[in-house]
Amino acid sequence: MTIKVKVLERPVGEVSYLRATVKGLALTFKHLVDPHKVTVQYPEERWDISPRWRGTHRMLTTEDGKAKCVACGLCPTVCPANCIKLVPGEDEDGNRYPLVFEIDEFRCIFCGYCQEVCPEEAIHVGRHYENAEYSRDRFVYDLERLTSQSHAVCEMWDPADPKGE
Amino acid sequence: MIEPTLILQLPHPQLPPSTGVFLIATVIKMIVIFTIYMVGVAYSTFAERRVSAWIQDRHGPNRVGPQGILQVAADGIKNIMKEETYPSYVSKALFVLAPGIAFVPAMMTWAVIPFGAPLPTLWGRIDLVVADLPVGFLFTLAISSLGVYGIVLAGWASNNKYALLGGLRSSAQMVSYEIAMGMSTVCVLLLAGNVSLNEVVQQQAQMGWNAFLLSVAAFIFLIAAFAETNRVPFDLPEAESELIAGYHTEYSAMKFSMFPISEYANMITASAMMATLFFGGWDIPFTKWDNTGDATVLKALLTFGAFATKVILFVLFYIWIRWTLPRFRYDQLMSLGWKVLLPMALVYVIVIAATVLALDMAGIARGPMFGAILFALNAVLMGGILFVLDKGRLISPAYSRLDRSRVERLRAMATGRSHLAGRGTGA
Repeated sequence: MTIKVKVLERPVGEVSYLRATVKGLALTFKHLVDPHKVTVQYPEERWDISPRWRGTHRMLTTEDGKAKCVACGLCPTVCPANCIKLVPGEDEDGNRYPLVFEIDEFRCIFCGYCQEVCPEEAIHVGRHYENAEYSRDRFVYDLERLTSQSHAVCEMWDPADPKGE
Repeated sequence: MIEPTLILQLPHPQLPPSTGVFLIATVIKMIVIFTIYMVGVAYSTFAERRVSAWIQDRHGPNRVGPQGILQVAADGIKNIMKEETYPSYVSKALFVLAPGIAFVPAMMTWAVIPFGAPLPTLWGRIDLVVADLPVGFLFTLAISSLGVYGIVLAGWASNNKYALLGGLRSSAQMVSYEIAMGMSTVCVLLLAGNVSLNEVVQQQAQMGWNAFLLSVAAFIFLIAAFAETNRVPFDLPEAESELIAGYHTEYSAMKFSMFPISEYANMITASAMMATLFFGGWDIPFTKWDNTGDATVLKALLTFGAFATKVILFVLFYIWIRWTLPRFRYDQLMSLGWKVLLPMALVYVIVIAATVLALDMAGIARGPMFGAILFALNAVLMGGILFVLDKGRLISPAYSRLDRSRVERLRAMATGRSHLAGRGTGA
């Protein structure tokens, strides 16, 4: 039995190598003289990141510079990645505050539940993505680091404004 | 015919210099040309990267120095600092020698390419060509064939099947296209009546550029030059889809870098040959003053500028083609070389020889009239060739149109059993 080959008879205009070459050269030349570049020249130019971007955390502080956190324990409870370590403490006036508040950014999945659940609006996920460090242990952010960071924080999804406009 | 008085004569800007000055001038010219050439090679790699980036809507290397112009220095330093690996079982002497052999012939060709009108100096008139060989043209043909040795030796010495295949492909390709290339340049010699490249340039200044007088030869030469320099679409020796990296698979560091360098060196040399043979060399178009009268410094500089511009344009054309066309298949390459270009070149030599003979016998002087007749002839020939090539037969085995009767027969066979029914039974 012979092998059957589908034979297509195309018009010359479609199969001509010369015309295809000329067409291709025209196309590349068009791009050469008028490139519509989409590359972002990163360190100088940056994307505007979404207001709902969830990056590394930041702890907001009160006017006197203390963390707003009242060590209620909701964020370690809700955290699906179990990355928040919280040891609560209490001062003479009975105010609760975190003795230890550490977030392991390697474990974190940046779901933003900690921010959503926080009654004091203390812990936030940040609009920030440049997190490189020289050692792995620098990725466990302690309370001091969380409070000293200054990048913008995430605006959580608002049901009244689902598209974030 | 040197008269005795000439030897004792005082140096004069319009006369050839004395032997001592000639030697010194030649050494200086060698150094200058080598420097310009190496910088040119370095910057054509940079141009390749930037132009390819622009064609693909990217930026390309733009970080090292303003707009990335120091990128070539960074690349060079990187390549020298890298570790050189020697695979076991390589033929070490040849393995080390091959990159050099690949590079040197490209550079040697430059010795005979005239790059400007003569330069008058206090010590005599200096021709702007390193060695104005009377057989300059034959020299370029001979040397350009040597370029393949570097690649073949690299492929063979590597003791690697892919490298060897790349080397073999390269040699087959070079042999195939060398002939068409040589044949196309025979026409140039027929017109110039001389094999000195300076004479070829002068002839074009008188009669018009060979690109118009011998368009078909220019066309063949252009295609063959692409094949000779192993550039896309003829870069089969390093076809990465089937041969890893072809002949330089086993190379690393600066030895590897020598191959791209020699590729660009070849490219610039081929561009210079193209410019010299078919596009008037250092002749400034539409003017006569640069070819006649006394040599002046201004003339020398402007003609050198014209030559450099032509070479750069051709290098850019090479790059443009590279980022447009896909690679040929090996059989397409061979059939294009042997079945299309070679017969075309052979017939063309005969046609041009007959025309030149007929025009000479008719008593038409070598000048604008002669050029116009040749141009008309070439326009007709070129139109015919493009018409035939346009019929989809240029790369015939990839797709050749079946004639109607065969299509009918195949259709009749196919209708007997449907395509899907036939698949299950198998052959």
